[in-house]
Amino acid sequence: MTLQAPTGVAVGPGHPVVELIDVSRVFDTTPPVHALRDVNLAIADGEYVSISGPSGSGKSTLLNLLGLLDRPTSGTYLLDGIDTSDLGDRRRASVRGQRIGFVFQAFHLLNTRTVLDNVVVGQIYNRIPRNERKPRAIAALERVGLAHRIDFRPDRLSGGERQRVAIARAIAHSPSLLLCDEPTGNLDSATTEAIMALFEDLHRVDGLTLVVITHDEAVSARAPRTVNIIDGLLTESA
Amino acid sequence: MIAGSRFSFVDLVGESIAGLFSRPGRAILTILGTALGVGTLVATLGIAKTAGNQIVTRFDALAQTEVLVEPVSQPGARRQSVIPWDAGARLSRLNGVEAAATLSQVPVDGLISAVPFNDPLRQTEFSFNVYAASADLLASVRGTMATGRFFDEGHSNRADPVAVIGPAVANRLNLTRVDQQPAIKIGERIFSVIGIIEEVAREPSLLSAVVMPDGTARELYDLGAPAEVHIDTVIGANQLIARQAPIALAPNNPDLLEARTARDPREVRQVVEEDVNSLFLVLGGITLLVGAIGIANVVLVSVIERIGEIGLRRALGAGRRHIARQFLFESLLMGLIGGVIGASAGVLAIVGASAYNQWTPVLDAWVPLAAPAVGAAVGLIAGVYPSLRAASLEPVDALRAGV
Ligand SMILES: Nc1ncnc2c1ncn2[C@@H]1O[C@H](COP(=O)(O)OP(=O)(O)OP(=O)(O)O)[C@@H](O)[C@H]1O
Ligand SMILES: [Mg+2]
Repeated sequence: MTLQAPTGVAVGPGHPVVELIDVSRVFDTTPPVHALRDVNLAIADGEYVSISGPSGSGKSTLLNLLGLLDRPTSGTYLLDGIDTSDLGDRRRASVRGQRIGFVFQAFHLLNTRTVLDNVVVGQIYNRIPRNERKPRAIAALERVGLAHRIDFRPDRLSGGERQRVAIARAIAHSPSLLLCDEPTGNLDSATTEAIMALFEDLHRVDGLTLVVITHDEAVSARAPRTVNIIDGLLTESA
Repeated sequence: MIAGSRFSFVDLVGESIAGLFSRPGRAILTILGTALGVGTLVATLGIAKTAGNQIVTRFDALAQTEVLVEPVSQPGARRQSVIPWDAGARLSRLNGVEAAATLSQVPVDGLISAVPFNDPLRQTEFSFNVYAASADLLASVRGTMATGRFFDEGHSNRADPVAVIGPAVANRLNLTRVDQQPAIKIGERIFSVIGIIEEVAREPSLLSAVVMPDGTARELYDLGAPAEVHIDTVIGANQLIARQAPIALAPNNPDLLEARTARDPREVRQVVEEDVNSLFLVLGGITLLVGAIGIANVVLVSVIERIGEIGLRRALGAGRRHIARQFLFESLLMGLIGGVIGASAGVLAIVGASAYNQWTPVLDAWVPLAAPAVGAAVGLIAGVYPSLRAASLEPVDALRAGV
């Protein structure tokens, strides 16, 4: 499922992987929260985009929409040219499982399972044959530099190591779209550097379409393309 | 186009077991609840069956060979026995009768004592039942003599003042030997004791009674007619003899006689089983219900605790039904394990109780086989609500709520 690497593709005439048209997300609280307002965003196949913005500006909300974990209140979200509002719950789940990899702000690792199990669990729902799962998990863990921690439990790992387990889980099933929420939020600069290098590698070598949320200037500056969200309004920075 | 997510059965089992054993202590306690309920049910059914079976084997032989003939009791009318004195001889001619004998209470006045009595400090006079019987009585009640002999027809015909006494009477009167034919006093009359009964299978009142020949009682106490007839039959003939006996004894008005047989042992067994069952089945059912609530509660708590995990699994491609399936299966697994443990414990309890009582353990084969299924069903039902709760969570909310 690994795609060819169309390095440095700008939003061009070719059809984008992700296209948001006038998307809004309003939370039904009192008073209602307008987490995203009329967002328009197109991300091409193999593109590497960073999203930055202050806390509470709507970054995670945007990522949840892109990952089909949430639905827009209004507007259209086309994924691979297909209108996702037409997709039922099951279809959305299978798209998530097979096309998208998530790295969450809070890791979401299963602390009672080993590191290896955590990465294997990432592959059980998406039709990867059972005998391929372990080799894939091990390969992914090697890639993030955690091959020596395979039998550990996540709660015995450092924050950076946990983050890397989460990344290994997100890439083990070879998704075509990787969505990362603050993947370097808890890391020192050396580890941040290593992880950014890994992302760039995934982007360049594997041709993954990469969306990374960060409020770290240095991190966002490394992406070829950066968008900003403030108060739910999205602006493209040069 | 993208194919649907799948969650194979092997993965379902693997994830459920991993989920269960992520909190082993809690899982074990929960399983114990079901095990207790299922165990109670299995043990109840088994012990009822075993006890019922025991009653049957113990009473079978005796009960199926016993017939008792009595005059029909008519309220108002004076109880007039139509049983003839030669009842024993008449019935003995019937095919299937092993022995038959009359038995009647003799109205004596005065107490019974040994002669001579030599100890003025101790009580020497006692009140015992006094019966008159025909010579075959011992065989009819399947009794044995400890010493001496039972009286015969000659004694009866001659109205000899002889008596046979039960072991309780012998004990009180301090009589152990009869070779000297010791004398006892019944009221003012002297009788010679010619035998001491050892045991009887029926009519245990004979053990503490003095028995004299019919002829003696007629002569000395004006006994009018025998009160009842005891019949010992060959096995299984009791029902037939019960129908024939009244006609043989009173051909002109058999309706005045009533022949009673012991209750059909199968009926007795059923009664016993029902008695034991209804009480303990309710108990087992309640325990099982409590176990089910325990499972439901634990699964619900585990759903709430694992909201983050649910969100993660949804993000990894799990559909709602996959989430529901996993929690349902965890619940079912707890019930199933509880059922297996309960069935084993229940069977052990039956074997233990049987060994203690020296019974033969009896259990319907389907009981221990169905028990795990019952446990699994309990788990399944208990898991429905928590699983639906888990499945109804929106992925974003689940991810946001849990870590
Ligand atoms: N389920 C919800 N119900 C109500 N309000 C919500 C909900 N989810 C998010 N919000 C609100 O929407 C706004 C955007 O939230 P979001 O999580 O997208 O922020 P963020 O940019 O990711 O912030 P951070 O950098 O702190 O993670 C916030 O004001 C938040 O309070
Ligand atoms: Mg956020």
